Amino acid sequence: MNKNEVDDIINGFLVEEFEIEEDLVQPDATWGDIGIDSLDFVDIVVIIEKEFGFKLKGEDMIDVRTLGQFHEFIYNRHLSNK
Amino acid sequence: MQRVVITGMGVYSTIGKNLDEVRDSLFQGKSGIGFEAIRKEFGYRSGLTGIIDPPNLKGLLDRRSRIGLAEQGKYAYLSTLEALDNANIDQEYLEKIEAGILFGNDSSSVPVIEAIDLVREKKDTSMLGSGSIFQSMNSTISMNLSVIFKLRGINFTVSGACASGSHAIGIGYFLIRHGLQECVITGGGQEINPESMGSFDGLSAFSTLESEPTKASKPFDRDRDGLVPSGGAATVILESYDSAIKRGATILGEVVGYGFSSNGDHISVPNVDGPVKAIEMALKDSGMKVKDIAYINAHATSTPVGDEKEAQAIYKVFRDVRPYVSSTKSMTGHEMWMGGASEVIYSLLMMHNGFIAPNINFENPDEHSAKLNITPKTVEKSFNIFMSNAFGFGGTNSTLIIKKI
Repeated sequence: MNKNEVDDIINGFLVEEFEIEEDLVQPDATWGDIGIDSLDFVDIVVIIEKEFGFKLKGEDMIDVRTLGQFHEFIYNRHLSNK
Repeated sequence: MQRVVITGMGVYSTIGKNLDEVRDSLFQGKSGIGFEAIRKEFGYRSGLTGIIDPPNLKGLLDRRSRIGLAEQGKYAYLSTLEALDNANIDQEYLEKIEAGILFGNDSSSVPVIEAIDLVREKKDTSMLGSGSIFQSMNSTISMNLSVIFKLRGINFTVSGACASGSHAIGIGYFLIRHGLQECVITGGGQEINPESMGSFDGLSAFSTLESEPTKASKPFDRDRDGLVPSGGAATVILESYDSAIKRGATILGEVVGYGFSSNGDHISVPNVDGPVKAIEMALKDSGMKVKDIAYINAHATSTPVGDEKEAQAIYKVFRDVRPYVSSTKSMTGHEMWMGGASEVIYSLLMMHNGFIAPNINFENPDEHSAKLNITPKTVEKSFNIFMSNAFGFGGTNSTLIIKKI
């Protein structure tokens, strides 16, 4: 899976599952910009596990503030999980 | 003391998904009961159940609001939307008067079962997602609706077995009567899935007359053999009389009496004295005489012992006055946690449309039901005061008296 495919999966579930407007799903958007709160993150953990086969932990995500950073973080975890 | 009135009602049930459909079903004596093969595969004695369309709330509610709602919460959201619309109450008004919520609910089985199954498989609670806890708790309906409708008054669930919905209205009535609330959203919700009813089926409490499902629920009939589980949700908007008049609301009825009691007896076998006490307390609270009650919507669920005890209790209080009696459970099945609220709505619909709904399948009385004026056919009759009974496991009893004004 390349980076674009990872980005598409993440953006896809944000639009489909979390019903976030597609226009808002931009790399520089923060969690607050797209309306994701701590409860939503509980559901993101479940989806990431299903889609990528690894478990996200909150403490690993402290520096992940934008969607672009999240794409990058998930892609790198995906590579290291291979 | 404040007078307490009903200014709105809404319902999502096996005999209709809104007030108009339900009114027509009640008038026509239409049953909402069917047979579900999955129950037999599941090991049930009886495959009989109320049949209800699962609602789809996508487009009506945002994701965060939807994922906390269990099955009965979805029904309750829809019945509450209809009730608020029926009451002509908007969001701004709800917030202004700091409205509260008291909803009857006494189980939420599927989310609990699904969560346990998943954790057993994954050995990891973080895989449950965020909605599970809010669907699983007994207070799931009141907790979710209080957030969705931004309520700032009383907020809890009344769990009183099959009298839950009736007690919820009764407690709401007390709060408004004593000036502690201006408006309370009350009601009851009931899940209807096979997962939730196995333990009840295991008591051999359900009818096994599976060959003709719509004839299986026959409260008060000599040949009744058990109840039919059912569900949905019903919402009753209670307001102070002053508040209703001030905003020019249509008043559907006044709650004039609430009586309650506990049998202090067997956990599942009802008695006569407990219901008599609740009925007499409601009459005393209302200042009514037995002759003032035109119609009794009976609790009667179609179980051999329960209906017999209620028939004896009604006769003990009413003797030869003989108001009309019917159990709408003959059509709906037993709506359990919801029934005490939905049956107030069914009776209000009758009162406002000039008829008494039939106790369908009542063909032959037994010794005790023969003493009551049970109507197997729809009676076209205008009336102004009714009584609604609701009784439950543990011997909890609730009786409400509602008057047209």
